[in-house]
Amino acid sequence: MQASILNVEKIRKDFPILQRKVREDKPLVYLDNASTSQKPIQVIDAIRNYYLNQNSNIHRAVYALAEEATSSFEATRDKVAKFVNVKNREEIIFTRGTTEAINLVAYAWGRKNVEKDDIIVTTEYEHHSNIVPWQLLTKEKGAKLEYIGIDDNGELILDQLDKYLETGRVKLVTFSQMSNVLGTITDTNKIIAKCKKAGVKTLIDGAQSVPHMQVDIDNMGCDFFTFSAHKMLGPTGVGILWARKEILEEMPPFHGGGDMIREVHKYETTWNDLPYKFEAGTPNIADVIGFATAIDYLSQLGMLSVREHESQLTKYALEQLSKIDKMKIYGPTDISKRGGVISFNYADIHPHDLASIVDEDGVAIRSGHHCAQVLMERLDVAATSRASFYIYNTEQEVDVLIKALNHAKELFKI
Amino acid sequence: MSSADIYREIILDYYRNPRNFGKLENPDIVKRDSNPLCGDELEMHINIKDNKVADVKYTGKGCAISQASASLLTEMMMGKDFDEVKKLSKEDILENLGLTELGPTRLKCALLSLKVLKYGIYSYLIEKLKDTSSADKIKKEASGLF
Repeated sequence: MQASILNVEKIRKDFPILQRKVREDKPLVYLDNASTSQKPIQVIDAIRNYYLNQNSNIHRAVYALAEEATSSFEATRDKVAKFVNVKNREEIIFTRGTTEAINLVAYAWGRKNVEKDDIIVTTEYEHHSNIVPWQLLTKEKGAKLEYIGIDDNGELILDQLDKYLETGRVKLVTFSQMSNVLGTITDTNKIIAKCKKAGVKTLIDGAQSVPHMQVDIDNMGCDFFTFSAHKMLGPTGVGILWARKEILEEMPPFHGGGDMIREVHKYETTWNDLPYKFEAGTPNIADVIGFATAIDYLSQLGMLSVREHESQLTKYALEQLSKIDKMKIYGPTDISKRGGVISFNYADIHPHDLASIVDEDGVAIRSGHHCAQVLMERLDVAATSRASFYIYNTEQEVDVLIKALNHAKELFKI
Repeated sequence: MSSADIYREIILDYYRNPRNFGKLENPDIVKRDSNPLCGDELEMHINIKDNKVADVKYTGKGCAISQASASLLTEMMMGKDFDEVKKLSKEDILENLGLTELGPTRLKCALLSLKVLKYGIYSYLIEKLKDTSSADKIKKEASGLF
């Protein structure tokens, strides 16, 4: 057993839920982090503290509580900007999550800029949240949606992008930086370079990448970037849209309402400055404040260490899983090209059955299409099982999974 | 129920050796449904003769419970008349599969086939036989399965 670069034993003490038992007496082995991460006590306390001591609406009121709440809320914006290296804080927009952030772009930017016969390019390994908004937009506009395919190693076939770019009709290339099913890390620089050369905008879905690796948005050169708090130790209901100022200024608003306006008259309204123009209504104040603590927690560990810990664990899990006869593992075999997500299928056991069986040993893995049915079709499977890791997972937990798979083997007489 | 109780010989046998798996050439009833939560899919083809199920086949993808229940259901309904088919219940399926106390998620897997069957019969009564007398009851039953 190899020692981790992180002090996992200490980290685990910060996560109360990891102390609980499931299925009567089994320690919880939580391996569904690609879906949502657990929350450390520090984040839970920050949210509790807001409701206990600061609860008030932000931006408008002049009394002490509101000033404190506003300043905590806005401090999160600065922390987010620093965490993903964005210079202009007003380019950070709070949303409900990655899904809402992508829909915001599809609605506000897409409806203004995409016309009949234009092309939006996405990939075969996208989450439904980076497919469906573009289907809605292209159908409305009479535009086309095209896909960059994947090879048998689970990597994008980037030559296909050239073909689309040559048409001169592509308006946007939108892709995830890390696949939520295969764990594949996208060659972001290469795609952005190709798109820049062709004068085409890019949107990156960072829901799986930002929680697990160092991301530097300003140096990346993309046009839109999205991610969610709840997959990176933060609460649910908070997401981030980043876009370059020039683009945001040209975009019409998404939702109309309070906070996003400068002046409202009976028939005309002028918009507030960035980022507020895109933050209509009372935001999720408590959870945004909680998110700041999650960022502090990750920053303290260091994202390079987080990545190293997960790579080591993923390597170990891949080795152990490969030893099992009739185990089919999806995605790149090269550990430098994948994050801590492993999709697999075991003999003729349906993932749903498999997840039920390992659950009896306290192991939480995901089964199903992982909101990526286009990818399931490409892999020609109905579903996969998926184990995904985070900072608190250990090699011992991988061993519990392997042992649980052995129970499945016995039950299904494989 | 523990996994050891769920995945017994009967379920594994129906899952690995499905009865009546496939499609009919000119089916009187074709009904398809899926379970959006886990992606289980099922399509049922039924031929009716003299108000009886003359033949039935199904295709689908899904977990052992969903496929075994579909497989078993086709056997249970073969040769039955409308009244008998209409009476097939959730309890009949679960009892025959030896499943009790399934959690809510797995219950959906076990009952997908019955839902498809009920909706299929419902459509047939309405569209082909113009018989609305028991249609509402079947529809209600089917929608209550999930």
